[in-house]
Amino acid sequence: MFDLIHTLLSSYTIRTVALGAAVLGVLSGTLGCYAVLRRQALLGDALSHAALPGIALAFLFTGLRELSVLLLGATVAGWAAALVMMLVVNHTRLKEDTVLGMVLSVFFGFGLVLLSFAQKQPTAAQAGLDAFLFGQAASIVERDVLTMAVIAAVALGLMVLFWKEWKLLSFDPQYGNTLGLPMRWLDIGLTSLIVVAIAIGLQMVGVVLMSAMLVAPAVAARQWTDRLGLMVVLAGGFGALSGVIGAVISSLARGLSTGPVIVLTVSLFVVASLVFAPNRGLLWKWWRHQRNRERLQGAVQRGELVLGVPALDETGS
Amino acid sequence: MIPRDVPAIDVTHVTVAYREKPVLWNVDFTVPAGVLLAIVGPNGAGKTTLIKAILGLVRPAAGQVLLYGKPYREQRRLVAYVPQRGSVDWDFPTNALDVVMMGALWGIGLVSPAWSRERDMALEALDKVKMTDFAERQISQLSGGQQQRVFLARALVQDAEIYVMDEPFQGVDATTERAIITLLRELRAQGKTVVVVHHDLSTVPAYFDWVTLLNVERIAHGPVADVFTEQHLRRTYGGNIALLTQPFHAEERSQPYV
Repeated sequence: MFDLIHTLLSSYTIRTVALGAAVLGVLSGTLGCYAVLRRQALLGDALSHAALPGIALAFLFTGLRELSVLLLGATVAGWAAALVMMLVVNHTRLKEDTVLGMVLSVFFGFGLVLLSFAQKQPTAAQAGLDAFLFGQAASIVERDVLTMAVIAAVALGLMVLFWKEWKLLSFDPQYGNTLGLPMRWLDIGLTSLIVVAIAIGLQMVGVVLMSAMLVAPAVAARQWTDRLGLMVVLAGGFGALSGVIGAVISSLARGLSTGPVIVLTVSLFVVASLVFAPNRGLLWKWWRHQRNRERLQGAVQRGELVLGVPALDETGS
Repeated sequence: MIPRDVPAIDVTHVTVAYREKPVLWNVDFTVPAGVLLAIVGPNGAGKTTLIKAILGLVRPAAGQVLLYGKPYREQRRLVAYVPQRGSVDWDFPTNALDVVMMGALWGIGLVSPAWSRERDMALEALDKVKMTDFAERQISQLSGGQQQRVFLARALVQDAEIYVMDEPFQGVDATTERAIITLLRELRAQGKTVVVVHHDLSTVPAYFDWVTLLNVERIAHGPVADVFTEQHLRRTYGGNIALLTQPFHAEERSQPYV
């Protein structure tokens, strides 16, 4: 056991990947709470797919594979997608889910075209650019983790700073408007953070699975608590834990790519939470149902309760 | 700070249209301060839109709303809003006290370390709506009436001059209805103005001083005794006789909480 831990800690790659995955897990888990509570789970999916053309364009323009450059491209593309969605929803009769679906496929399709174009470039630098599709955690280096950690720290700081405002935005935005709070800007700020969180997760889990990192920890955490504060902390913890576990598992077994393993791990957290969590869990509900039934039957047997159609008395009440 | 010589609410020629169809057409009325006003009308009459126009949540295509002589933008602090209970997700992970404290979140006050003052204000407001025992209760565990009282408490925390409520009596229990009525009267006694979108015609005379009868256009507006007449109701509700006869036999059937 200790040997295993020692091996893990001493391996540079595993350590870097696990650390990166943990940072990503914390950030996407905490921010995902807002996405889930605001019923914007699908927004994350659309934004992550929409980030692909941004990555490809950033590479084509600069010729660099620097994470910060690609992140910038992904973020700008994500923002553009969010803006397009907002404009289309506000100015046409299309429903939001339709617009989400359209923007997702249009941006993603465009991204794939650009990606295949970039692959044909004569330089060697484009190698591995397609890793952003499904993620390639092993390609992460220490500097990438540092970039991710700085961004995550800023994002978490903002979350603390705007805690009450973003809670209100998630619960009752219209009321926030009547209080004179700049709800639109708070919305834009929060969505921007989600875009950034998605961008830094792309290298690790890829555009296709990234939305799971946003949604799954939040869904799992919601099962265990009725307080937003604890939910956010738990979601961050679940995200980080899944990241580390996924990174370790994929490093122990050959041929398992890290991103999907992380996503599967976090899905296990979801399933376990849906089944076992107190109050909201399925087992709990089933047990409560059984207990009520037994009590009711016991009461009937002891004659305390009469089941069936009560006879009408004279008053007809 | 609050001028007493101008009306609390002054709505002039307000027209609101979603797409081409007008929802409100040329609505005009003024409400003096210290009045309990019911806004009454059939479904689709534009009642909610009217209060949203008062609150600046809907931009009128024409006309303007003045609150104590100034546009809403300058008077935000004077107005508290109680939205329809169904407008939020009550499964949100928070408790009653926390929701009420949202009412203290005005201005651009970023980080306010002194939470204890807000907490006291919120507890006081919960006490006014008889919800002290439920302060720590998860909001999904509250009954509809209790949820409504939480929303009222949240508005009370704002300590406003004008309270705008969207159907606070909708689907609430008798205790809550009594609590709301007591509260409305306390507010009136303090000189506050309360505008309530109301559905139950039978309780209008008992609960309110003034009434606005609305059906896209303003049909009538004024003290209940003057304008809450069968003729005006007929014009508001069209030929719906069942609804029309209701208020005039109401006393026999149901006793409003007076």
